[in-house]
Amino acid sequence: MEKLTISPSPHVHSGDSVRRNMLGVCLALVPALVAALWFFGVDALVVILTSIAACVGFEYLIQKFILKVQPTITDGSAIVTGLILAFNLPSNLPLWIVVLGALFAIGVCKLTFGGLGQNIVNPAIGGRVFLLMSFPAQMTSWPKPSVVDAYTGATPLGLLKEGVKSGKSVSEIIDLPSTSDLLLGFCGGSLGEVMALCLIAGFIVMLIMKVITWHIPVAVIGSMFLFEGIFYLANPDRFADPVFTILTGGALLGAIFMATDYVTSPMTPLGMIIYGCGIGILTVLIRNFGAYPEGMSFAILLMNLVTPVINRYCKPKRFGEVVK
Amino acid sequence: MKTFRIGGIHPHDEKLSAGSSIKVLPIPKEVKVPVSQHIGAPATPIVKVGDVVKTGQLIAQATGFVSANIHSPVSGTVKKIEDFVDGNGYRKPAIIITVQGDEWAEGIDTTTAIRREITLEPAEIIKKVQEMGIVGMGGATFPAHVKLSVPPGKKCEALIINGVECEPYLTSDHRLMLEKGQEVMIGVKILMKALGVGKAYIGIENNKKDAIENLQRLSTNFEGIEVVPLKLKYPQGGEKQLIDACIRRQVPSGKLPIDVGAVVQNVGTVYAIYEAVQKNKPLIERIVCVTGKPLREPSNFLVRIGTPVKELLDATGGLPETAAKVIGGGPMMGRAMVHTDVPVVKGTSGITVMDEKDAKRQPMQNCIRCAKCVSVCPMGLEPYLLSKLSMLNRLEDLRAENVMDCIECGSCSFTCPSSRPLLDYIRLGKGRVGAQLRAEAAAKKAAAEAEKAKAEAEKKETANA
Amino acid sequence: MDVQFILITVCALAATGLIAALILYFVSQKFKVYEDPRIGQVEGVLPGANCGGCGFPGCHGMAEALVKAEDLSKLMCPVGGADCMSKVAAILGKEVTAAAPKVAVVRCNGNCAARPKTANYDGARSCAIAAAHFAGETACSYGCLGCGDCVAACKFDAIKMNPETGLPEVDDEKCVACGACVKACPKNIIELRNKGVKNRRIWVSCVNKDKGAVAMKACKSACIGCGKCAKECPFGAITVENNVAYIDYTKCKMCRKCVAACPTKAIHAINFPPLPAPKPAEQKPADAAPAGQTPLENKPAAPAADAQPTKPQDTKAAE
Repeated sequence: MEKLTISPSPHVHSGDSVRRNMLGVCLALVPALVAALWFFGVDALVVILTSIAACVGFEYLIQKFILKVQPTITDGSAIVTGLILAFNLPSNLPLWIVVLGALFAIGVCKLTFGGLGQNIVNPAIGGRVFLLMSFPAQMTSWPKPSVVDAYTGATPLGLLKEGVKSGKSVSEIIDLPSTSDLLLGFCGGSLGEVMALCLIAGFIVMLIMKVITWHIPVAVIGSMFLFEGIFYLANPDRFADPVFTILTGGALLGAIFMATDYVTSPMTPLGMIIYGCGIGILTVLIRNFGAYPEGMSFAILLMNLVTPVINRYCKPKRFGEVVK
Repeated sequence: MKTFRIGGIHPHDEKLSAGSSIKVLPIPKEVKVPVSQHIGAPATPIVKVGDVVKTGQLIAQATGFVSANIHSPVSGTVKKIEDFVDGNGYRKPAIIITVQGDEWAEGIDTTTAIRREITLEPAEIIKKVQEMGIVGMGGATFPAHVKLSVPPGKKCEALIINGVECEPYLTSDHRLMLEKGQEVMIGVKILMKALGVGKAYIGIENNKKDAIENLQRLSTNFEGIEVVPLKLKYPQGGEKQLIDACIRRQVPSGKLPIDVGAVVQNVGTVYAIYEAVQKNKPLIERIVCVTGKPLREPSNFLVRIGTPVKELLDATGGLPETAAKVIGGGPMMGRAMVHTDVPVVKGTSGITVMDEKDAKRQPMQNCIRCAKCVSVCPMGLEPYLLSKLSMLNRLEDLRAENVMDCIECGSCSFTCPSSRPLLDYIRLGKGRVGAQLRAEAAAKKAAAEAEKAKAEAEKKETANA
Repeated sequence: MDVQFILITVCALAATGLIAALILYFVSQKFKVYEDPRIGQVEGVLPGANCGGCGFPGCHGMAEALVKAEDLSKLMCPVGGADCMSKVAAILGKEVTAAAPKVAVVRCNGNCAARPKTANYDGARSCAIAAAHFAGETACSYGCLGCGDCVAACKFDAIKMNPETGLPEVDDEKCVACGACVKACPKNIIELRNKGVKNRRIWVSCVNKDKGAVAMKACKSACIGCGKCAKECPFGAITVENNVAYIDYTKCKMCRKCVAACPTKAIHAINFPPLPAPKPAEQKPADAAPAGQTPLENKPAAPAADAQPTKPQDTKAAE
């Protein structure tokens, strides 16, 4: 005790850290991960591991040799990016495409802007959208999960889109999975999006660990449900029912794990709700009227870009504004 | 259970010394009494080197209204009046007295007998409080009589007593409410009389159940005093937060508690006021909680002002080798000290000692914009934004973002997962904006005065003509 | 795809471009703001660093002020220096008086060896924050805090922290005397002083206002305010106020007597040729009886080329 330490107050810290939050997200993704392995087998594991390894590897290499800064891979953010990117890919995607997606996510979407905390769009979504546009064929041929046959099938939303295009009404489209099938994952789709129950479990884990607040996921899902509900009531032949909408096409994955990305979402509860509703409404619009069968990624990407504006105008409720 | 409505955090409360009753610390051989122990102008010494002083004798007079008298905490001879190195490392003037015996000045009741009936009139009470040098004992050290003098046109509707002690570790108010409950209650009555209010609330956090019970039991004998148990949440002891928690009123930005009809006083201050008014005893001693994980026996002491912190630490078994930080006050808002040879002053509510592991800050990382600081800010500010603006020295923007509302509670820095020194920067920006505002106010005042002088001169001229 | 289709596309694009150009043209005509063309010319001559060293917000602000000003002598671009100002004067057709070039000087000499640490600072790495919070990591409450606010403030990469001494060092070549570091230093340690012939400068490298014994205890190389230098100085350039000496660079003639007289080596002289070996015999009496020493003193202290012309004045001053 020769020299005392001096620092401004406060002298205690909560012990929270970036790593703890990132690991919290990873933990919350574990149920969905297990489901993915169950449904898609070893392929899924290979895609996931490749994606994580590529993300962490690129972050290390770029920071070390191009940016010449201390690599920050230990904070765990690259692992989260890798995991979420993988969850957005079909399990039969060629591995070189996975690596390319990781490079785009980390190299272009994250480190170009100054690394963690500085990026303007969610890196995983950036990577996903980049791949979707560059390799549409590979990105939209999904192996049907379940046990028996591993033929490539369309996603429920793909089926719906095709059906509606060819002039059928929603009820005439066969093969559409039931709600229980969707909850349990008996339908085609990307790695992480198929089993809705696991994703909801992850949401609860993150809430308990206080990694995220409820605002964004609830706003996204709620607004999707309401908005699609309005369409559905107006014309049930043309539009799918709202429960189907929120359980398909990565809506839950997006709402719980991608829209809630700290860096690219607003800072105040009001801002979060506006942002979430924006995502929900855009997704419904893209799905029903756009060229793509699903719109979650695009909606999040667009709202990411609006986030600074939301932050500018949505201020928290200041103390003393409530008079008396 | 009640609490304030915006933000807040839950630090580990670590009330290590809660079970240790108040011990009277022996009077030291020499005391250093700084002439500035309060917010406002430093007091002016009225004794000379070589003067013999008695305990409780006035030794430095308040300079102006926002200032406080200082009395000799011991009897003895004035050895020196010179600068000493304070806890921040700056040199500050102090009166140094060599102790000889303990002879009290006349007219002070030194017995422990309780005097219930309040004989003084409201104006006399306030005068007494001013005379006896009472300041806010919670740490802010704002002269107490200033708060009690309600400005004309405003009315006090509720007196709120701060027994929250939301700072982790500290237990001095807790022990006071437990051991001197009767005195505290009479003190509250005195304040109610001085302010002319019929209702007083004593806010106490729920981790001090025995103190709540004690005061609740006593309150049956005292009309108009309500003990309000509060949910555990930091910074409940903040004046604005406490008013919100107790009477559901929020003090608007830039306004004072009296603007919503509330006056807040700390229980320590209430006790000092009891002693001043009923016993004629000036503020010369206080309860100091000496605590921290590395200490052998964290304790609560009744000590004379001017006693070196070192002696307090020695009384708890000495400062251990592992100690790395000594904080004057609690760990959330206290100030770390450069050395331990500094005197206890009126605002020293506690001494917290921390070991190497707790004292060290984590390295700072990029802001990940997790919004946790926004969600915990009790003033509804955006700490991430304020600290960034402060780093860039954008004072206009800082002002627009209400930086002056920050109460420097440290919740943002406490909660930040990236361990960013948010409050360090916000405080810097707040200081700069504050300086700017003061300069503007001064310029405005000068311009107004010039205008007035000019008008008067013109008037004179016309009168002459 | 046929030719017609391509043609339509080309025409449509061209038409759009044309319409947009017309709109832009008319808008720019309609909303034109008149600006003195000389402002642009002056701004072109200024360095364009927008450092704010002149006291205006960036070079454009300075250019406006220069064009408006009746008299250029009060305005000075510290970065561009005399060259730049004469160019400005030429554009505006006004006179300019050349100001002596200046350089930032760090007035703290308390390196790690001389000024032992008494505490560890563990807050945000910013001098402004540290200064608002406590006196410093050493017992000297006036000295450099070492967090490098001056380094961060410098836009010209001219000031660097020396990890060995823990003090900032100014690069004479790069420093443009914009004064950013002076403003950034919360302890007011940095001062702009005359650059001097061949970069030769003498200054008191301490700002400690404590009494001698206190200052000495905190830092071995502190100015203790003993006043020996002031007595020694033949030109009355040194004043001792608040226990700290200050050399007025407008009066200093670079004789370096004060450097030798300083008991704590707080007075620094740089870029001088080495003094001839001081004779130990004359140092002691200089300390003991400076008054009677003058005639003897002069000769041995004179040999430096710069000090030569000052000799007669020296004797006068002493008398």
